[in-house]
Amino acid sequence: MADTAQPTAVALDEATVAFRVAGDRVYTAVERASLSVAHGEFVAIVGPTGCGKSTLLNVAAGLLKPAAGSIKIFDQPLSGLNRDAGYLFQADALFPWKTAIDNVAIGLDIKGAPRGQALQRAQGWLTSVGLGAFANRYPHMLSGGQRKRVGLAQVLIRDPKILLMDEPFGPLDAQTRQIMGNLLLELWNADRKAVLFVTHDLEEAIALADRVVIMSAGPSARIIGDWRVTLPRPRDISEVRMEKQFHELHREIWSVLKDEVMKGYAQSTLSAEVG
Amino acid sequence: MSRLTLLFWQLMVAVVALSLWQFLATVPVFDRILLPPFFFSNPVDVGSQIVKWFSSGVIWKHLMITLWESVLAFVIGSVGGVLVGFWFARQPRVAAVFDPYVKMVNALPRVVLAPIFTLWLGLGIWSKVALGVTLVFFIVFFNVYQGVKEVSQTVLDNGRMLGMSERQLTRHVYWPSALSWMFSSLHTSVGFAVVGAVVGEYLGSAAGLGYLIQQAEGVFDVAAVFAGMFVLSAFVILIDMGVTLVERRLLVWRPVAAESRG
Repeated sequence: MADTAQPTAVALDEATVAFRVAGDRVYTAVERASLSVAHGEFVAIVGPTGCGKSTLLNVAAGLLKPAAGSIKIFDQPLSGLNRDAGYLFQADALFPWKTAIDNVAIGLDIKGAPRGQALQRAQGWLTSVGLGAFANRYPHMLSGGQRKRVGLAQVLIRDPKILLMDEPFGPLDAQTRQIMGNLLLELWNADRKAVLFVTHDLEEAIALADRVVIMSAGPSARIIGDWRVTLPRPRDISEVRMEKQFHELHREIWSVLKDEVMKGYAQSTLSAEVG
Repeated sequence: MSRLTLLFWQLMVAVVALSLWQFLATVPVFDRILLPPFFFSNPVDVGSQIVKWFSSGVIWKHLMITLWESVLAFVIGSVGGVLVGFWFARQPRVAAVFDPYVKMVNALPRVVLAPIFTLWLGLGIWSKVALGVTLVFFIVFFNVYQGVKEVSQTVLDNGRMLGMSERQLTRHVYWPSALSWMFSSLHTSVGFAVVGAVVGEYLGSAAGLGYLIQQAEGVFDVAAVFAGMFVLSAFVILIDMGVTLVERRLLVWRPVAAESRG
């Protein structure tokens, strides 16, 4: 449960994000999205592909500026990059010319930490994500799941107060996703950070999160639902899926999500005709 | 095919080609020698010429000069290419202004520059180095430019989110990417450094492998021309092997060597 004495970690207020496309046309990706993530809360955003979930995450990271509305991080308006956040990208984001341990240590290196100390802590983090023996491998020598583990360690070593994750386990196979989900929960349990987790997989969202937020399909995607997940913690991703409460919640959310996916689909074909 | 069998067949190609050459150049077929010695010499003469060069030691001076010219051309051309390529890629406006001129100079066949360089820099090594530099520079320049331009946006965003300043991004992201592209064009640029040196020597010099071949041609000493060509090939192969070793060491992080522009 979130501590009410703590300021809200991420607060989006009526945020609209628009891109200028060919000529004078403006493409509105996200429209008037309001969302808050409490300190220590795990929030998952679910929506159909291309609905602007990642856009919302980029706003929280400070990589994108909203066209209208505001974003506050710990009650402070965000200008520039969000220095309190760690970002785990969907695509491969490791530095291919650095070994696993150097990739993890880089966050400390650039802050000017002594090299020996940085390496020692990086080794510790690699061990926490189960890659203690792979410190000197280059990213291309690691499997997709191992690269995600290195990415997780790379982000967590900086001890960010907010963790932004953009379909981080998207490209992985089903078994690896479960293992990674459990690893994430285990690490998160030890030190509860505010998490904003984007996924298109509703089951994954329910299994991981405290709250599941649903977005409609783009363009002009909106937030159309917000469910609290009260499944007890600590959870095991594969076991929690067997519980009755999980199924009820899944059915409930899916009915809304499905409707909106269909509506969104009709909307997008219509808007394409109108231009 | 195992390594040994492969080596055997590779050797067989040389043996057959050389035997055929020797046979046709010395034994009359239907009362005619098909490869007249004046035009084609023969492997035995060429071989003895090579042995003579090495045993008397004359060749070393020429080899060293060509090597030295190639090294200088490579180093100067690479440093220039890396710096200018990096600068252009990070300053798109500068790149846009210079773009037509870069294309123009690059389109020019470098051989026509050789007489000008000889005029400016004399018959010594520097006119050959200059010719090599004009070749090496553009290869390295285009590769480094490409390398900086093609840095993945995700990797850049990741660097920013990890707290890198612009200077740290340059050092940890742009620079390694640019260098890796430069190294992947190493074979081409080293090769061109040698080409620049030898062509320069051929067109006017007092020493070097190109000079040796040119001198032999001047007195119709075909055996020496072929001998010079063989020594030059062996020289290039040795350098290329060295480059491969350096490359293996520098590009360990790479899954497969990416395509480079040559």
